[in-house]
Amino acid sequence: MKSKKGFLISFMALIPMLFLSGCDTHMVVFEPKGPAAREILGLINWSLVLMLLVVVVVFGLFGYIIWKYRDRPERKDYEPPEEHGSTALEITWTVIPILIVIALTIPTVKSIYNLEKVPKGYENKKPITINVTSADWKWIFSYPEQGIETVNYVNIPAGTPVKFKLTSAGTMQSFWVPALGGQKYTMNKMETQLYLTADKPGEFLGRNTNFNGRGYADMEFTVEAQSPQKFKKWIEEVKNTAPKLTEKKYESLLDPTHLGRLTFNGTHLAWVDHGKMDSKTYLNPEKYRVHGYQGQIFKDEDTSKNKNKKDEAMNMDGHSMDGMDMKGEKDGGGH
Amino acid sequence: MDILLGSIQWNEILMGGDPLIVGSQIAIGLTMLGILAGLTFFKKWSWLWREWLTTVDHKRIGIMYILAGVLMFFRGGMDGILMKVQTLTPEEKFLNAQHYNEIFTTHGVIMILFMAMPFLIGLMNVVIPLQIGARDVAFPQLNALSFWLFFVGAMLFNISFVIGGSPDAGWTAYFPLAGKEFSPGIGNNYYAVAIQIAGIGTLMTGINFIVTILKMRAKGMTLLKMPMFSWTSLITSIIIVAAFPIFTVALALMTFDRIFGTHFFTISGGGMDMMWVNLFWLWGHPEVYIVVLPAFGMFSEVIATFSRKSLFGYKSMVGSIVGIAFLSMLVWVHHFFTMGAGPAVNSIFSITTMMIAIPTGVKMFNWLFTMRKGRIQFTTAMLWALAFVPNFVIGGVTGVMLAMGAADYQYHNTLFLVAHFHYVLIPGVVFAVFAGLYYWWPKMFGHMLNEKLGKIHFWFFVIGFNLTFMPMFFLGLKGAVRRSYTFSVESGFAPLFLVSGIGAFILAIGFGAFCYNIYWSARYADRNISNDPWDARTLEWATATPVQHYNFAKVPEVKSLDAFWHMKKNKVSLDISEDELEEIHMPSNSGQPIIMASIIGVAGFFLVFEWKIAALIAAVGILVGLIVRSFDYNDGYHVHIDEIKKTESKWRKVTKGVNNNVG
Amino acid sequence: MSANVNTSLPLEYQTEQSRLNILGFWIFLGAEIVLFATLFATYSVLKARYAGGPTPNDLFEIKGILTETILLLTSSFTCGLAIFEMRRNNRNGLVAWMIVTLLLGAGFVFMEITEFINYVHEGATMQTSAFLSSFFVLLGTHGLHVSMGIGWATMIIIQLIRRGLTPTTARKTFIIGLYWHFLDVVWIFIFTFVYLARMVG
Repeated sequence: MKSKKGFLISFMALIPMLFLSGCDTHMVVFEPKGPAAREILGLINWSLVLMLLVVVVVFGLFGYIIWKYRDRPERKDYEPPEEHGSTALEITWTVIPILIVIALTIPTVKSIYNLEKVPKGYENKKPITINVTSADWKWIFSYPEQGIETVNYVNIPAGTPVKFKLTSAGTMQSFWVPALGGQKYTMNKMETQLYLTADKPGEFLGRNTNFNGRGYADMEFTVEAQSPQKFKKWIEEVKNTAPKLTEKKYESLLDPTHLGRLTFNGTHLAWVDHGKMDSKTYLNPEKYRVHGYQGQIFKDEDTSKNKNKKDEAMNMDGHSMDGMDMKGEKDGGGH
Repeated sequence: MDILLGSIQWNEILMGGDPLIVGSQIAIGLTMLGILAGLTFFKKWSWLWREWLTTVDHKRIGIMYILAGVLMFFRGGMDGILMKVQTLTPEEKFLNAQHYNEIFTTHGVIMILFMAMPFLIGLMNVVIPLQIGARDVAFPQLNALSFWLFFVGAMLFNISFVIGGSPDAGWTAYFPLAGKEFSPGIGNNYYAVAIQIAGIGTLMTGINFIVTILKMRAKGMTLLKMPMFSWTSLITSIIIVAAFPIFTVALALMTFDRIFGTHFFTISGGGMDMMWVNLFWLWGHPEVYIVVLPAFGMFSEVIATFSRKSLFGYKSMVGSIVGIAFLSMLVWVHHFFTMGAGPAVNSIFSITTMMIAIPTGVKMFNWLFTMRKGRIQFTTAMLWALAFVPNFVIGGVTGVMLAMGAADYQYHNTLFLVAHFHYVLIPGVVFAVFAGLYYWWPKMFGHMLNEKLGKIHFWFFVIGFNLTFMPMFFLGLKGAVRRSYTFSVESGFAPLFLVSGIGAFILAIGFGAFCYNIYWSARYADRNISNDPWDARTLEWATATPVQHYNFAKVPEVKSLDAFWHMKKNKVSLDISEDELEEIHMPSNSGQPIIMASIIGVAGFFLVFEWKIAALIAAVGILVGLIVRSFDYNDGYHVHIDEIKKTESKWRKVTKGVNNNVG
Repeated sequence: MSANVNTSLPLEYQTEQSRLNILGFWIFLGAEIVLFATLFATYSVLKARYAGGPTPNDLFEIKGILTETILLLTSSFTCGLAIFEMRRNNRNGLVAWMIVTLLLGAGFVFMEITEFINYVHEGATMQTSAFLSSFFVLLGTHGLHVSMGIGWATMIIIQLIRRGLTPTTARKTFIIGLYWHFLDVVWIFIFTFVYLARMVG
């Protein structure tokens, strides 16, 4: 008897919790602002229905059984029967989960495939491509078609599918804009793709969900979906006013730092695409030192050691790195 | 000295600066001094060495595992509490990012590898030989070595936060972050080396228990008459042997990358970071079942005993654990659906993952129907088993939701995921461990744990657990990610984080009650209890409480499932006549395991600090240890009949059952 | 546990503890299979990642590798002969063939170390590229196993000479025999997938 009351108590504990959070019950996953997020939400809702069913059945059965068959003084002499099982019952509770799994599998597989394509209803719109490069601890967005680059914010035209090409300059991150759709990893020397579309203009929060060191907590960015006209105007404006992105500047962006919003003319894709198998590796282990006993760093892992030693020599080093890069390309071509 | 150790900077070796760390250093130092002084003062050194450090008795080894588990639960729990304090309010300044990263890393590693594993292996050690009617495990000395390797590994890992720096790349230690390129300190060397040492111990345990269970069962106990806990332990041991070598290799490659500059997982030199993720989860997912299957076995024993019925659907239970074990090897990709491996791969692994729900559902209903028509006694052990059912169902259904590849794109790496696996692992493993401890405590120590304190422990723990982790489901859906040391005011996460933090303290009070219960019961509990205080069903209750060192004077013959229960029902007497007694052959104690493990620990410590030559010299010590072992022909000793007579007559007189006053 | 001796079985199976040990060792070999399988998988993932370093074509020379293979295969055969002598209860024959086995094994290890030293002189170290890391670790693990096997078998030979053929020494000899054949099988896979396939391809 005690036991059941206890479970009621522990589950009722949930209710005040929901009230406590009453001032802010927004759950971003349940408020989709684009077709991809909507597709996923449909799937989540369907699974919630089935899972709720399971929970209700099991909890109900559980409560009933422990209530009915609990040890009471008047049952002291009751000796439970010998019972080894029941083939019919065991088959029943094998088949029902199988049916539930099938009911979940079919829409899951459909959605998995749908999410890799331009969303339904937007097929006739020409998608724009944005290259996303994550670095410690910032997000770099390159617009190859428009020839501009932004840091920690990205503007997209509303109602147009955006093809994000994701890669990383170093550690692995995960690119997530929950209001618009699911996430995908960004990995060095690999490229992943993600289609996101915003139905209407608006501002959405995006962030990294994959832990990547000290600066992880603040690795957020904003996505602003703008009307196509406004987006076009913004591009024009950037082209006219933003500073040009140089290689030297870009390398400083890759240092492990926190940056605010930045905007540049030109993209780093002109000299490096981190998504390519044989792209240049940018490493800076010295700058990742934390407290404690320091381990040895291996030569080829410290590609920018010289640069760190003497800041004024940076320019020269930049040149020598150009040379290295070309050599790397030659090697790459050989295979 | 310089050649051996390089140039040492003591201020880097002993971590300083942070008051929390300095405080712990002082506390650890004082505790150690206290223990050493106490042992010397009470002249307990030789007792400790003779009775415990050199023991090969499976029961004592089990008890040492369990004590280590309690200790590690405390350490891992402290980490958890610190994390919860840090996220109690938005933009809290209690810990900085680096410190928080180290804490959640050690929390994960300790809770899985150094808390859950020793508890389960400890209970397996205590119970399995008794349950199958054996006098020890197949390789008693290897068993001791397994324990000491585990212990040395755990200690090596634990000193990291005061000596040299803790690992800080998460318990999954994903590359490239965990490599030298992005973590140049030695913290992650601790991860690679300490877990390796403990892992080798675990692998040997797996081999030991497979042989024990396959070869050493009592006469008449066919595989399908074996108690459920023995079955799950057998399957777990098989998964250990199949999965741990993968981790052994992965950790070795990590060690090579970090200490010898190879390019397995680096981003430079052609390495492939995603290979680590694959190897890690090829071990990591089966590892989840390694810890959860023995737990299922314990629940089966406890539920059957306290419903006073045999397990419902025994054969389908066996079938489902075999099924779960098989599927556990085929689902590892679901930990990284978001890697972009392509829709076909994600679809296949979604399906295999969801399929695990089928055998698990079968087990759940079998447990429920075991209780049906029973007479359910709400002992503390049973309460844990009962609480497991609804809580684990929540963990299970959210697991199915996460298994759906496309939906996972929204849950992945959020607190929804964190809530899910805590809802699986805490009810699935920790509740089981508590159930098992309350249930088998008399077998180990000859007295029971206090039921009243047990219930306080239970309620605080279960309510605290739900308060801590239930809000995390909602936080995840609101967009809160795991491993983030802080959150902003604008995020709107604050109220739920606050509830979760308060829950953690209630949980901690529950654990405190458990520790107090151990102390209280050790001092005051009634020692005069029978061999079968719970009116239980399996062979471990057919011998003395606490168990005599040779387990059984005469191994009972098994005729059916729940052998002991049927012996009681059929009035088969446990009495033995004197002429049935024979001398019993037992293995001798040995100091080799602890010495060997210590040498390996020293070698590991040098390796962590990248003092390669010193490590090499210590490794020579390992070889010497192996040679000594090869020439060791100690064949054990025989227990004399007089001694057996004396021991047996002592416990057979006691008939007082405690069962009557626990209902 | 019990010291009961069942003389109807082969010497190495006569005591209960021996039977347990042999089963345990088979299971250990199962774990070793998983271990080597993982190393092979690692190698096959990284085998084309040269990072500008040398390729198999630049490094491998068939002559030395064939000699290594022949040495190890022959040693497996002589190890079989040793166990055959053990079954005939001929201790001296057993010891003699074991020594031949170990000499062949030592020859293999010597050749392999020479091969590795040559590679390092050509600038191919395990730090050079992912391909070479996985190559050296896979072969090094195997080589280390063989070396450990030599040391271990030496201990057993000493025990055979000092104690003669007893159920315990017979069991130990039988187990090292299993181990030695296992390493031979692993080498056949290494020879096929690491050397042969790469030199033909």
